[in-house]
Amino acid sequence: MSSDLIGTWLAATLTLAIFSFLYRDNPLYRAAEHVYVGISAGFAVIYAWAFDVYPMLVESFKVHLGAKNYFEAYILIIPALLGVAMLLRSIPKLTWISRWPISFTIGIGAGLGLIAAIQGYLLPQIFDTLRPLININNAIIYIGVITTLTYFYFSREHKGLTGTVARIGIIFIMVAFGASFGYTVMARVSLLIGRFYFLFHDWLPLIR
Amino acid sequence: MKPTFLPVWRTLASIDRRIIYLLLTIVVVLPLIIHPKIKVRVSEPVRAAFESIEKLPQNSVVMISIDFDPSSAPEVQPMLIAILRHCFKKNLKVILTGQLALGLPLGEIALNQVSGEYNKVYGRDYVNIGYRPGSTALMVGIGREIRDFFKTDYRGVPLDSFEFMRRVHNYHDIALLVTLAHGAVADAWIQYAGARFNQKIIVGCTGVNAPNMYQYLSAQQITGLIGGLQGASEYETLVEKPGAATLGMPAQSTAHALLIILLIIGNIGFILSKKKI
Repeated sequence: MSSDLIGTWLAATLTLAIFSFLYRDNPLYRAAEHVYVGISAGFAVIYAWAFDVYPMLVESFKVHLGAKNYFEAYILIIPALLGVAMLLRSIPKLTWISRWPISFTIGIGAGLGLIAAIQGYLLPQIFDTLRPLININNAIIYIGVITTLTYFYFSREHKGLTGTVARIGIIFIMVAFGASFGYTVMARVSLLIGRFYFLFHDWLPLIR
Repeated sequence: MKPTFLPVWRTLASIDRRIIYLLLTIVVVLPLIIHPKIKVRVSEPVRAAFESIEKLPQNSVVMISIDFDPSSAPEVQPMLIAILRHCFKKNLKVILTGQLALGLPLGEIALNQVSGEYNKVYGRDYVNIGYRPGSTALMVGIGREIRDFFKTDYRGVPLDSFEFMRRVHNYHDIALLVTLAHGAVADAWIQYAGARFNQKIIVGCTGVNAPNMYQYLSAQQITGLIGGLQGASEYETLVEKPGAATLGMPAQSTAHALLIILLIIGNIGFILSKKKI
């Protein structure tokens, strides 16, 4: 029996086990769920070691040391220590040490994120919104943006003109939710199709 | 006179969910087995994505980032296969990478499948540089030098041992970036690589993410968008190689029809029941 065949049967069994939840919760479903979580976690650990820790830390250290690039070699001790400090979260008495690598990560994330949010999101979107009012589509964009922003303006009670504009904003928000929900339904049905395609194409050859 | 139809509608408004599951299974499985032919209409965003690749000169470098995992594979994997077919047909050089560890094997499967169809050779026509954690720092770092993060490919072979990779250092050397994403990774590529380094980007994403991507398309921050299974089937149509997405579209249509019917029945039942109360 080839490994492909074993893999297909295993995947089909796990798929059916997950599908069994549609009837009701059962041990078979829970077993499949735990297998998935366990394998994903194991896979992530192996990937982190093979594609990150080993080539970028261990191997890099050895290479630089061998080439007598002592600065490049020993500077790697800092990220290594920060990594170890992060793991200390699991020891209650030493949890406080993990705040250093966390603050380091948050600092980098906030710095990178702030620039990206302004340069890569806010400004381009504002520029794209400020269009000449030469057609109906552009006018709809203006109305949508203004009324939606009014809906989220809470410094004034939503009564009178503000209330009317905010209610129009709700219509735009609902249309956006509807579009999003429609796409989500399509996505979920696609996943179902994908699983049935696997079952009836790879497992039971009913689809040619 | 007592209306007789009301209890029927009340029953239809509260159908057992397992009956709905069964109906959904039937309307999905039958079209997959019978596979009726339906015409796929190509939308503008997908055509724009196709044109972005079509217009590239031979030997241009395309970087494909696998930013999805098996949970989104039914939607996004057909896009990857169709885009790889397009790239190899056009004799473009492909660099495969990814921001999700669990997604990389899917990239490898697609590469192995499509490279064989077009007689493409690893190292000469395409490389897989694998995965590194720290996505946003990496996206910014590639703008300076790709080797700061990827000294080797995923097998540990130095990048400079591949001829076409010797001329690839940063985004200036990458003609097009394709992000195939099921989450916020596509936003990150757009905001870091696109906005900061003017990297030309096309996005292939799940249906859930597609509505959020239209704003980038509208602002010309991306040059094309392939959304969900529908988008994948449109791309397959453009590369004239129908695959899993095209096969799945009739089932998608029948499932949507069933859901619309159930929505109407449920709402009518709800309104009539409410009137009676």
